[in-house]
Amino acid sequence: MFQVWQKFYASSDNAKAYILLSPALILVILGMAVPVFAMFAMSFTTQAGFEIDYSPTFDRYREFLDTGTRTGTILTTLLSRSITISFLVTFFTILTTYPVAYYVAFYVKKNKILWIILMTIPFWTSYLLRVFAWKLILGNSGVINASLISVGLTDEPLSYLMYSQLSVVITLCHAWSAFALLPLFVSLDKIDHSLIEASRDLGCSKFETFIRVTFPLSLPGVIGAILIIFIPTVGDFVTPALVGGTEGRMLSNMIQAYFGRVNNFSLGAASAVIMLFSVIVVTIIVNFVTKRLTQRL
Amino acid sequence: MNFTKNKMLYGYVILYFTFLYVPVMFLPLFSFNDGMHMAFPIKGFTLDHYEEMWSASKLHAALWNSIYVGITASLSATFLAFLAAKAFTKYKFRGQIFTYGAILTPFLIPEIILAVSLLVIWINIGLPLGLTPIIIGHTLFCVPFCMIILISRMEGFDKNLEEAARDLGEGVLGTFYRVTLPILLPGLIASFLLGFVLSFDEFLIAMFLAGSDQTLPVYMWGQLRFARRLPHVLALGAVIIVGTTLIVMLAYWLRNLGQPQEKKNLTIDI
Repeated sequence: MFQVWQKFYASSDNAKAYILLSPALILVILGMAVPVFAMFAMSFTTQAGFEIDYSPTFDRYREFLDTGTRTGTILTTLLSRSITISFLVTFFTILTTYPVAYYVAFYVKKNKILWIILMTIPFWTSYLLRVFAWKLILGNSGVINASLISVGLTDEPLSYLMYSQLSVVITLCHAWSAFALLPLFVSLDKIDHSLIEASRDLGCSKFETFIRVTFPLSLPGVIGAILIIFIPTVGDFVTPALVGGTEGRMLSNMIQAYFGRVNNFSLGAASAVIMLFSVIVVTIIVNFVTKRLTQRL
Repeated sequence: MNFTKNKMLYGYVILYFTFLYVPVMFLPLFSFNDGMHMAFPIKGFTLDHYEEMWSASKLHAALWNSIYVGITASLSATFLAFLAAKAFTKYKFRGQIFTYGAILTPFLIPEIILAVSLLVIWINIGLPLGLTPIIIGHTLFCVPFCMIILISRMEGFDKNLEEAARDLGEGVLGTFYRVTLPILLPGLIASFLLGFVLSFDEFLIAMFLAGSDQTLPVYMWGQLRFARRLPHVLALGAVIIVGTTLIVMLAYWLRNLGQPQEKKNLTIDI
């Protein structure tokens, strides 16, 4: 025992580092790990009214996954919708942001940081208000519809703009753009220009150079952006609640209902666990696929 | 390759900027609108909504709650993040990548999971809801942000300065106060300010854990449902947008203050 301690102290960098890290780690353990575990435990209980029966059961998971019942149908639909919407948001956010990151990394010569700061400032203003702003734009009497009508392009407002999956996707793309911009910019900015020169000198066209040199080298940024956008948006609550309507409702809105109005903590906990599980699975898949892809390129 | 001009790309970037900024600008615009409905055409200019905002007493209570939560959470987060950043920049140790990941997870997992699990444990222990669990939740997800900011700042820190101070006869505390702190202060303040803004804007955790103590976003959420109360929320929103933008710009400026020139280009993790 003593020898173990001695060894630990001999490599005292370990000890010193963990002493400094301990407050943050304790917070993560007590504030996140333990509560998530408690929620996991809660998902095996049964709640009737205000009474919670703590005898363990898998019934909540059956309730969630049984598509024969109304609850099961709703919950599984919302889960797959949440994942689809997040996937679309991730894809379009990266697609629209990539050219901008590319421009700043390669074409801007002075004050790159100022450009990046300007593009991240909207991200710091209240999430709630940014989402709400889209209601003013996409709504039936919102900016887009009002201008379309006044120009005479349409007689009645385009109702699919609001309270639909489309409105949720647009709003989320706007809200999360900064999270795509930063990793993309950092990875593009690191690229050694001489590699691009070499590819051009060896006869590749601009397009070929991009596909075969620039893009593969920026993949770490793309992967970073995928994970940093996909994971949080699966659990987004505000956007579907404000601009989603019934059409664009997501799993988090149901979880919130279970912990509020419906008052079924057990089923709410099971739903949250399933959401967390799906997120972890997707993360593993993304990691696996991108590793394969980068090996090929 | 010649990276000097690309008109198409430049045009797209301008379009993108418009897409980023225009939606946010509509809130201040409508807050001066003399009319009940948030729709075009705009009727006339008025400051009534701002007056209405000024006299809403529930709003004041919520504002103070938010400021209290923001300061407490961000101070604790900056302190914890500073210690962690010190460990990551100064030492090489076992499990470095794992612990780094562990500290970042509260920022990576869906926020609703954090909120709900805190609610479950809080209720099962039997503690009353209110500002305390909100502060814990906010500290939890501010630490990763603050840590990334501080690490990027501390990586450029010249250890020789500390050693020189020790060699010249300063004690451990003296070195900290007279060398380390002054150098890192701008970064620490930036971390505090950005953490404050994050906590100030955070809605989901606050909504689940607030009980009857509303923070500002929770208050706004309650008002958004009533069309009649909307205008003064827009006025409030405009004030918040201007306020947070100023704080964030100050924080960015502080972060780059006194950084060596070549490092300036690298400090953009967030």
